[in-house]
Amino acid sequence: MKVIYTDNNATTKVADEVIEEMVPYLGQFYGNPSSMHTFGDQVGKKIKAARQQVADLINADPDEIVFTSCGTESDNSAIFSALNAHPDRKQIITSTVEHPAILNLFKFLRDKKGYDAVFVPVDKQGHLDTDMLYNSLSDNTAVVSLMWANNETGVIFPIPEIAKKVTEKGILFHTDAVQAAGKIPIDAKAANVDMLALSGHKIHAPKGIGVLYVKKGLKFHPYLIGGHQEKGRRGGTENTVSIIGLGRACELAAAHLPVMDKEVRQLRDYLQDQLLEKIPGVSVNGDLENRLPNTLSIGFDAVEGESILMLLDKEGICASSGSACTSGSLDPSHVLLAMEVPFKSAHGTIRFSLSHYNTREEMDHIVATMVPAIEKLRAMSPFWKDGKMV
Amino acid sequence: MWDYTEKVKEHFLHPRNVGELEDANAIGETGSLNCGDALKLFLKVNENERIIDASFMTFGCASAVASSSALTEIIKGMTLDEAAKVTNDDIADYLGGLPKEKMHCSVMGKAALKKAIANYRGVQILEKPGELVCECFEVTDLEIIDAVKENNLETTEDVTDYLKAGGGCGKCLDRIEEVIASVKAKG
Repeated sequence: MKVIYTDNNATTKVADEVIEEMVPYLGQFYGNPSSMHTFGDQVGKKIKAARQQVADLINADPDEIVFTSCGTESDNSAIFSALNAHPDRKQIITSTVEHPAILNLFKFLRDKKGYDAVFVPVDKQGHLDTDMLYNSLSDNTAVVSLMWANNETGVIFPIPEIAKKVTEKGILFHTDAVQAAGKIPIDAKAANVDMLALSGHKIHAPKGIGVLYVKKGLKFHPYLIGGHQEKGRRGGTENTVSIIGLGRACELAAAHLPVMDKEVRQLRDYLQDQLLEKIPGVSVNGDLENRLPNTLSIGFDAVEGESILMLLDKEGICASSGSACTSGSLDPSHVLLAMEVPFKSAHGTIRFSLSHYNTREEMDHIVATMVPAIEKLRAMSPFWKDGKMV
Repeated sequence: MWDYTEKVKEHFLHPRNVGELEDANAIGETGSLNCGDALKLFLKVNENERIIDASFMTFGCASAVASSSALTEIIKGMTLDEAAKVTNDDIADYLGGLPKEKMHCSVMGKAALKKAIANYRGVQILEKPGELVCECFEVTDLEIIDAVKENNLETTEDVTDYLKAGGGCGKCLDRIEEVIASVKAKG
């Protein structure tokens, strides 16, 4: 069965061009980039080129790029570095809708390390309560960490504006840009962020490779202490193959940004409009304008997300849900709860996240599958009768 | 992805006895929209207290639908006394087992059945007897005690798997632990 992959905020297909770039370094060129011989150094030179490619995607200098193992490591490294930079400061600030890499780290720091963690709420559209954020800033604030774009709804936070106000007060600012990178333009310099996290597998590179941007001049405290790699900012022999793949993926991502903004956005809007038109009792979650061009979080009244996913899966369609039943937790996702999405549609929320590999035909197939799937589930739902909620 | 048995998948994709039963003379409802799953069970019981037909309407995940479907198949043809003895394990077994985290779906089936039988016999069962422990999923101490005894549950995670209690905000986890301890202390 042909797979229709619309779960690109979870992970992405490794681009053929990326694989092609990586393969020689998996076999033939296995040298250590730090070695004092030409055989290893040719890998070193390739990594240098990859570092430049990554830097170019986010308008950074190559020296500001630290390779890590994943987005979570980048986030953890950034926060621990900030805390070590200001051991006297005991307040840390983030939002209620962050990825677990930040959310659970902040809860850990609160519960086990005695930090005063502030979780700034969002409104029903997913917009951050910036007044509360700014009012919370003080001499005691060690770091503010906010995602650039939300993984579930695609809602974009105004990071450049926020980073300016936070850093003006001498407070470190970190952003988790894992979902934003490759989908909207990211300019780390102009945004004035201190640190920024990226993840390879969200932009058509392999899993197991991440990036932490560390602003030039910022005193960085390494999380993984070891060798001299990454200028002492992250010990451990480089994941050469993945770094090389990531470099190529970043180059492709930069080239594809206009495609994301136009073609992928049009596909997403088409899917959204078709679902809204053909199925009653449907609502889109989050700010429709200020949203990643590839993401659609859409709630279906009176049905449950896992059941929808199972019916999609039967047709080879990959998506994910904001519902409890798929994750093993029992409440709807913390993002939807934070946005006060009503339970009637939160449990039946599906996230479609597209890439430039998707086609119009695939969108039509999704719609053609969704219409009878929702009808079937509503026919057995005690909360749906005669075309509406009961 | 959940490790569902073929039978769970089959009962989800092709559920038996779906829809309202026009001439039902017993109805049992449990769960809610907020909780994420709900089941409305319809029974037609004859003068000899035998269930001659059963149907359901369910909002929930694949295992909730499959459990409801299985329940109606199990109880059709039983007398009410026989049906009253059906356990949540019987429902899970009928489906070749459920993932542990999904056992609450079978418990929901058992709860709806209990209510339908009471409904037929005109017995008033108090909606939620006992002291409310889990506010997120509205689970009382008596329900936890029953589930712990019936299924020999040991930990708070077990209770969450079977009743969902404690699976939301988590504030009641200490209280659930006390209830489990009280049951174990009494043997």
